[in-house]
Amino acid sequence: MAQITLRVNGSEKQVSVSPETPLLWVLRDTLELTGTKFGCGAGLCGACTVHVDGNPIRSCSTPVSQVAGKSVITIEGLGANGLHVLQQAWIAEEVPQCGYCQTGQIMSAAALLAKTPNPTDDQITQAMNGNLCRCGTYERIRKAVHRAAGNGGSQ
Amino acid sequence: MSPLSRREFVAAGVAAGAGLVIGFYLPHKTSSHEQSFSPNAYLRITPDNKVTVVVARSEMGQGVRTALPMILAEELEADWHQIEIEQAGASTLFGDQTTGGSASIRTTWDPMRKAGAAAREMLIIAAALTWSVPRSSCAAENGRIKHAATNRSLSYGELVSKAATLPVPTDLPFKQSKDYKIVGQRLPRLDTPAKVKGEAIFGLDYRTPGMKFAVLSRCPTIAGKVSKFDESESKKLAGVSYVGKIGDSAVAVVADSVWGAMEGRRLLNVTWDDGPNKDLNTAAVMASLKLAASKKGVSIYAAGDPARIPGRRVSAEYELPFMAHAAMEPGNCTAHYQGTKCELWAPTQVPQDCRDSVATAIGLDPDQVKVNVTLMGGGFGRRLEHDYAVEAALVSKAINAPVKVVWTREDDMRFSTYRPASLHQLSATLDGSGFPVALSHRIIAPSISGQKGQPVPNGVDPDLPDEAGPVYGLPNYSIEYVMTETPVPLGWMRSVYALQAAFALESFIDELAVAAGKDPLQYRLHLLAKDQDLQYFTTTWHTARMRAVLQLAAEKAGWDKPLPPGHYRGIACFGCFASYMAEVVEITMENDQPRVHRVVAVVDCGQVVNPGILEQQIQGGIVYGLGNALRAKITIKKGRIVQGNFDDYAPLRMEETPTVEVYAVPSAEAPSGIGEPSVPPVAPALCNAIYAATKKRIRALPILS
Repeated sequence: MAQITLRVNGSEKQVSVSPETPLLWVLRDTLELTGTKFGCGAGLCGACTVHVDGNPIRSCSTPVSQVAGKSVITIEGLGANGLHVLQQAWIAEEVPQCGYCQTGQIMSAAALLAKTPNPTDDQITQAMNGNLCRCGTYERIRKAVHRAAGNGGSQ
Repeated sequence: MSPLSRREFVAAGVAAGAGLVIGFYLPHKTSSHEQSFSPNAYLRITPDNKVTVVVARSEMGQGVRTALPMILAEELEADWHQIEIEQAGASTLFGDQTTGGSASIRTTWDPMRKAGAAAREMLIIAAALTWSVPRSSCAAENGRIKHAATNRSLSYGELVSKAATLPVPTDLPFKQSKDYKIVGQRLPRLDTPAKVKGEAIFGLDYRTPGMKFAVLSRCPTIAGKVSKFDESESKKLAGVSYVGKIGDSAVAVVADSVWGAMEGRRLLNVTWDDGPNKDLNTAAVMASLKLAASKKGVSIYAAGDPARIPGRRVSAEYELPFMAHAAMEPGNCTAHYQGTKCELWAPTQVPQDCRDSVATAIGLDPDQVKVNVTLMGGGFGRRLEHDYAVEAALVSKAINAPVKVVWTREDDMRFSTYRPASLHQLSATLDGSGFPVALSHRIIAPSISGQKGQPVPNGVDPDLPDEAGPVYGLPNYSIEYVMTETPVPLGWMRSVYALQAAFALESFIDELAVAAGKDPLQYRLHLLAKDQDLQYFTTTWHTARMRAVLQLAAEKAGWDKPLPPGHYRGIACFGCFASYMAEVVEITMENDQPRVHRVVAVVDCGQVVNPGILEQQIQGGIVYGLGNALRAKITIKKGRIVQGNFDDYAPLRMEETPTVEVYAVPSAEAPSGIGEPSVPPVAPALCNAIYAATKKRIRALPILS
């Protein structure tokens, strides 16, 4: 067990866990932030994507000790003042079916838009290709990212 | 135990015109909702003017929590904005609550309409009594009862107490589709905002006070058992509170967190008794199918006698592998055993099966087991099983505390129930123009229901009536089923046998068209040219409806227009779950592999309830079907499932996903299935496109093996 301090969605949190515990389980089980999902445990599906110091990471494969002292943003903290523009776009494009992977999808897309405000189709594919969706919502995800980027879903 | 399999229920529901499930009326008032008006189990209206619709099917992404309330709200003449939904748990009030077989809308279409119509009539009568005016002078509109002559109106909430005293009317006429205001509208799904905010509670997210977490170490060899185990290292971990055998073939590790339980399992030392399947491998399974092919099967469709028609014979064999559902949310269930009762929070397609199986497993009566249905991160048929629920209940009983059993991805992949591998023998006799005058299709596959010990009437797997019917109105046409056996655990996976039947039939038809030197679209249209009603079990397939979807798909795809250089097309059609589907797939070949650019999909599923959800279902089904076609293959080595995660069982990703255009043929026929029918045609349409590009015929899936 170790005492680890991290900043989650703007608040300082101290957790007492073994240092190799993946960030995912600290978020879900210790801090009860269940918007971040468990899909594969191996960094293959992206359902657990969160931002650490602004970068998208797979929280299932990131020991919590690696993020000590860093700023973690989860889906619960993405829209600081109401819905993030991507969440609005996801609603407008009716993206989710089962919805399980969508929080991870949105976190990956948010990291993309933060660095590339008006991405091309190729840039979207590159940024989103690590996020699996078994309901097959990829086409709508692409449209929603374009919509959020301000070009109304056009390509 | 549940006496009927889910598929029998579907077949029974379809046979009885889906009127089977209604009739479970509640008293007008219940103690828990003293002030409410609840003329039936599906509906509750409260004085604050809230209309709560109870959804007795499970939401796994297919939109039932929106589409089913729309059906009721239409007949109720409700204001859509006053609708709230409540998820039913396992109950005795709704008939079979199984969510599967693309049946949610088709089996609740009548019950939901009846529920809404009865309530509407009672509210109208309540208003007429209140105003002392004739019933005929009052009308329901947008959540209010209006009296036009005096320009008065009352909200539904205001009429609750009087309406609750009235008898529940029956045999009311339903609205005509031309008068629909809600059904047929592209209304936004009610569950979307919570899902994009991360607030939606899936099975894995549910928390109850004092809850522990468990992961199980299961025997990796099919039907193997625990021989012995040593938990000493696991128990050294802080937080691990229990290690014990669950059933014959698993050991549970319980801890304060999921990660603690996973680590505890990693340190667990189990010796397995591999049992009878320790030498089983995929090649042996496929060989057993070939061996069984020489057996005579049972006839499931017969027109004329194909075997006796003389002429030029063409034959081909097709083969499909085992596949896994691989829903995004791995298996899990939360249970709280408390001596004389047990409560479950289950992401399940079968709440009643979970209730009954858990009751048997832990020695309670079914009415002592309460099953709450959570949201599901996909189902695709995997959650038609109840193994996760039984495990959770057994662990909870063992530790006498609430517990969530969590499956890892590897658990989910290796301890799934798999789409059966199958072999198909197709044979046709051709006339002088190259058209078949006789066709026979032999399906050689194990039976899912048979393996589970459920009834297989007359040797016919109960799924086949909804999933493997005739497409073309040929004078001599037989479909025969040879039931085999396998130790590999079998389950219903999205579109079930329809995927297999469509791949074989629609690849073969393409082969025949090529052999005849004819355009594959025109060839099919010729075979569908005559209007015929093909009776297959309780479903009547109309060649005219199949022809119409095919023609519209061709038109929307621009079948008669040239493609850019290097682009090729394939087409396929199929009918299953009472719906008609045609798809055109456009590809290029890159490094000998297909790249799918565009899919045009046309469905005739009768009355469309919500076109937005329909489009989602078809787009999703096609992406799922492409993943199946390209790579999905579960293999077995030394009795163990080889694949474990999304690297060796790799679903479609964004870079491989084509544009999918969806069209529905306008129809006022009763609604038919939509969750599964888009899956089967995509594999043959893709393989037919690959043939157009390469002149290579793919007769075994997956394509990239």
